[in-house]
Amino acid sequence: MKLQDARKDLLAGAVFTGFGLAFAVTSTTYEIGTALRMGPGFFPLVLGAILVLLGISIAVKGFVAGEGGDLGTVPWRSLVLIIAAILFFGATVRDLGLVPALFVSVLLAALAGRGVRVVPAVVIAASLTALSVLIFVVALQLRLSLIGPWLGG
Amino acid sequence: MGILDSLALGFETAFTPVNLLFCLIGVTLGTAVGVLPGIGPTATMALLLPITFGFDPATSLIMLAGIYYGAQYGGSTTAILINLPGESSAAVTAIDGHEMAKQGRAGKALATAALGSFFAGSVATLFVALLATPLSRLALNFGPAELASLILLGLIASITLASGSTLKALAMIVLGLLLGTVGQDIATGTPRFTFGQRELFDGLDFVSLAVGLFGVAEILRNLEGSMVRSVMVKKVQDLWLTRDDFRRIRMPVLRGTALGSGLGVLPGAGHVLASFISYSTEKRVAKDPQEFGRGAIQGVAGPESANNAAAQTSFIPLLTLGLPANAVMALLIGALLIQGIVPGPNVINEEPGLFWGLIVSFWIGNLFLVLLNLPLIGLWVKMLAIPYRWLFPAIIGFAAIGTFSINLNAFDVYAIAFFAVLGYGLIKLGCEPAPLLLGFVLGPLLEEYVRRALTISQGDATVFLTRPLSLTLLVLAVVAFVVAVLPAVRRKREVVFVEEDDGPHPPHPPHPPQPAQAGPRDGASRP
Repeated sequence: MKLQDARKDLLAGAVFTGFGLAFAVTSTTYEIGTALRMGPGFFPLVLGAILVLLGISIAVKGFVAGEGGDLGTVPWRSLVLIIAAILFFGATVRDLGLVPALFVSVLLAALAGRGVRVVPAVVIAASLTALSVLIFVVALQLRLSLIGPWLGG
Repeated sequence: MGILDSLALGFETAFTPVNLLFCLIGVTLGTAVGVLPGIGPTATMALLLPITFGFDPATSLIMLAGIYYGAQYGGSTTAILINLPGESSAAVTAIDGHEMAKQGRAGKALATAALGSFFAGSVATLFVALLATPLSRLALNFGPAELASLILLGLIASITLASGSTLKALAMIVLGLLLGTVGQDIATGTPRFTFGQRELFDGLDFVSLAVGLFGVAEILRNLEGSMVRSVMVKKVQDLWLTRDDFRRIRMPVLRGTALGSGLGVLPGAGHVLASFISYSTEKRVAKDPQEFGRGAIQGVAGPESANNAAAQTSFIPLLTLGLPANAVMALLIGALLIQGIVPGPNVINEEPGLFWGLIVSFWIGNLFLVLLNLPLIGLWVKMLAIPYRWLFPAIIGFAAIGTFSINLNAFDVYAIAFFAVLGYGLIKLGCEPAPLLLGFVLGPLLEEYVRRALTISQGDATVFLTRPLSLTLLVLAVVAFVVAVLPAVRRKREVVFVEEDDGPHPPHPPHPPQPAQAGPRDGASRP
């Protein structure tokens, strides 16, 4: 079995083992307790250990009988733009206000599409912002300032 | 309260103008997302959870449930018209349904799907109503030990029916359970895994997790390929079935309904399994099996009835035991919790209006769906033309506002980004996100019940084995686990999912609802 074929399983195993270890190790800083009086650390410690075992099993199984398969392409540009769009909204919605924060976020997201040019993306962002204000602020009465303090709102 | 009184109460609740309106909105939205590429019912329900916060609990559940079964109808429409099942359970429908469309019999195929689904949905709803009371009563005897064993059974059983790697599904469940422990410990108040962040003291936000995992991660997958699709059938006509058609679909609909009602109760992908088994059954009993794959009307009638019946009966474990059978049901648990209702056997007694109103609304919703899908079919065909480059920025925008609006907390929005990246990465590595969500929802309950059971038994861990009901449930869990790992059964299970692979499109893995998309990715990432 070539390493190439096991790559997916190895990576998945590593991710699970990593999470399991992180949870288990952190659990030991809390009170473990006994079975009768379980401390806050007991349940996550056990689960973390199980996850480590599962992660190792997945990796081993990948070596022995990897299903193979290519990882396929990752749309890095789209990934970065979309994550940036979400983070931007979270970071600025209070200070910039709903309208500018949403406009920029949707614009970033729209640009994540394949072969989308700037002008259509701006049109998409503007119309979706207007629609969202209608839905969330006018119809659902969400209390968000449309223009935030940074812009003098 | 007798069943008639209960149903009367249900009609009273479901027939208020507000609930009728939101039932209609729910099934309309459901049909829309079933038709639209790249967004499924799970993501839609996750996105709408924040909005339901201000609703009456019954209204909220009626709408959310409508999205789920409405999507089953919408998924069939795209399966028939453009050979792209919008919903995984509609994959079989595409085989003969699309053939019928190519022969100019699209109207007949759509009518068969809608009528079969309506019949199956109505019968299955009755089944839910009849089974609900006795099951809840049984579950009321459950102590913490039984409840813990029941949750374990539910978690393990949910992977038995799923396709793909069992080990990975197990690992996803455990990761979900662990993520569920983030926040203050219930018993002692100790903050766990919070990195000192106050925002994490209440735990990770359920909506952020669901939206990131099912909404945004799915968008990232869709952006791997191009989302172009062409609508072959521009105009659908001749929706009427002849007497001969009715004769041919009668038995398949009945068999599909029975199969679906039974299999839908099982955790995991009951509705997908039901439609696949129904198709192979019909093929086997048909006088002329060669016709299958070439536009056999029975090949549409059976599976469509089966998947809709199963969609309805999959509510049984949720309503009676508080146990979600799949990701959609886990979202409904989230919706109940947001409303301050703890799901479980008590709901039927404490919230009879909600309970029976929801059941009656299934029937009303199915009626709406027939009306929506047959006369208005042209509208849905037009909707297929909405370009994805408009759709996904809208989803991102709505996700961000919706999640932010629950707690007015920026942290919840950042959490979407985290879960989107995590979910996308894990999906790329061949792990299905649904078990993680189940684990996340059930984790805190499992921990609480285990701790309570052990406190009552004074630390004696054998309590789970000495109480007969608990032992039975654990034995069932072990059986389910063995079935999931056993190579012979595994192969058979794969066969059930892959058998009809001679169709132009491979059957999709059950969760998450697959984007309707053609492209190089299709072959590459499917198990």
